[in-house]
Amino acid sequence: MELKSLFLKANNELEYGDVKPRSRKVTCKKCQKETAIAKVRKNNFVCPNCGHYFPVRARRRILMLSDKRSFVELFGDLESKNILDFPEYDSKLQAAREKSRENEGVICGVATIGGYRTCIFAMDSNFMMGSMGAVVGERITSLFEYATEKNLPVIGVTVSGGARMQEGMLSLMQMSKVSAAVKRHNNAGNLYIALLTNPTTGGVDASFAMLADITLAEPGARIGFAGPRVIEKTLNRALPKGFQKAERVLECGFIDDIVTRDKQRDYLEKILKIHNG
Amino acid sequence: MRDYDIVLGARSDNRYTAVDYMNAVIGDFIEFHGDRYFGDDGAVIAGIGMIKDMPVTVIGIEKGKNTEDRIAHNFGSAHPEGYRKALRLMKQAEKFHRPILCFVDTAGAFCGVDAEERGQGRAIAENLYEMSDLRTPILSIVIGEGGSGGALALSHADRVWMLEDAYFSVVSPESCANILWKSTEKADVVADALYLTADKLYKLGLIDKICSNDAFENLENDIYSELKKLMATDIDTLTDQRYEKFRRVGY
Repeated sequence: MELKSLFLKANNELEYGDVKPRSRKVTCKKCQKETAIAKVRKNNFVCPNCGHYFPVRARRRILMLSDKRSFVELFGDLESKNILDFPEYDSKLQAAREKSRENEGVICGVATIGGYRTCIFAMDSNFMMGSMGAVVGERITSLFEYATEKNLPVIGVTVSGGARMQEGMLSLMQMSKVSAAVKRHNNAGNLYIALLTNPTTGGVDASFAMLADITLAEPGARIGFAGPRVIEKTLNRALPKGFQKAERVLECGFIDDIVTRDKQRDYLEKILKIHNG
Repeated sequence: MRDYDIVLGARSDNRYTAVDYMNAVIGDFIEFHGDRYFGDDGAVIAGIGMIKDMPVTVIGIEKGKNTEDRIAHNFGSAHPEGYRKALRLMKQAEKFHRPILCFVDTAGAFCGVDAEERGQGRAIAENLYEMSDLRTPILSIVIGEGGSGGALALSHADRVWMLEDAYFSVVSPESCANILWKSTEKADVVADALYLTADKLYKLGLIDKICSNDAFENLENDIYSELKKLMATDIDTLTDQRYEKFRRVGY
């Protein structure tokens, strides 16, 4: 991590306020209403007025799902490099580190949920839209291997625009790498639960997001392979209402359930309990 | 030659397509249809045949030869049922312990409402997942375009080869330039940066061989001897090596 970013103030207005510390309010993108940040946070980052789901940082997400102080991070020291010398990638990485206050787009580790030990990973949309480069792939693969070795379940919270194009084929082939590790984890009889959040698309949708034993999604989350604008452009017509939204994906049969944020932790605990019986 | 010219060349109309390679390399080819869930995808041609004296399951993404043909093959962009047909026949190959030979040539998986709602993402994911420990050898050759996830879905193989003038990329140079600079004009600059040529991918260790495309006969011999070698490898060793091959990517 750059020294400079150690001293940076938080810039996630939801958690620490924006410019003026006294007016800690956030404007909902959907209903345009202002709400006190504390109130939004207490409401699991859901707008109390209209029910809009605000994005949640990876670390916060893990805190929301796991038992207090149970999380121990793993593989956090791996950092991305501009291996292909891709134009503007270095500055984008730097900007992403500052924006997310993380050194990569996924946080992995072990935690307990309702006392049940589990591996957990959460992606971070503040880090280059949660795109999957070699480090994201490596961390998730390592986590699945760790879980296989220790016979632990894996809970994965996805949010991603897909493979990180700045790493070329090295990022595309992370799809193969992670999928193979998921397969080994599966073959050893271990449980994998995926929680898909808005948006889960591209190479992540076409690999580990769609390979879980139990696949859950947040209400309204966009889930799909191709981006909606690309499809619209290809077909030259407007897309049907609700297309690629979790509710429609559930109808199409590709997810098990839609779980609201206030119920997610209990839901996961219940699944873990049933699998530990 | 610029890398972008290789991309344009790989897309050109007067190139050999998957059927040409199948006809040249495979004898007694019998095509099989359908994914057993929804339908039959013309973009994927699959079946069984012989390469010299060796039975083989062969799968190709076919772009078609003329306008009518191209429509029938959906311009080489597969729907989920195409990937599922491929997987069905790969599972069959595993059962009879036949090696699998894939010819990859696609701009990408099809982008459409139906394709999405029938699970394009899931179909590709399942191929990667199942191919990763399929207990029979797999050889994939990119013969033209290796367009992102749609090409990757048939490339989780023991050996990945590329023709010298093919490309394999995470994203098309045009979309990449469009995302980065809101213009497709710099596609040629981006094409260099994406490391998408056979040469560069070989140097990165992501593919195993660069094939010259001057003679089908040489290719046939190369494929035959490689498959023979893979068939002689102990199957647990083979699947372990396949795992390690992809495990190393990026590290």
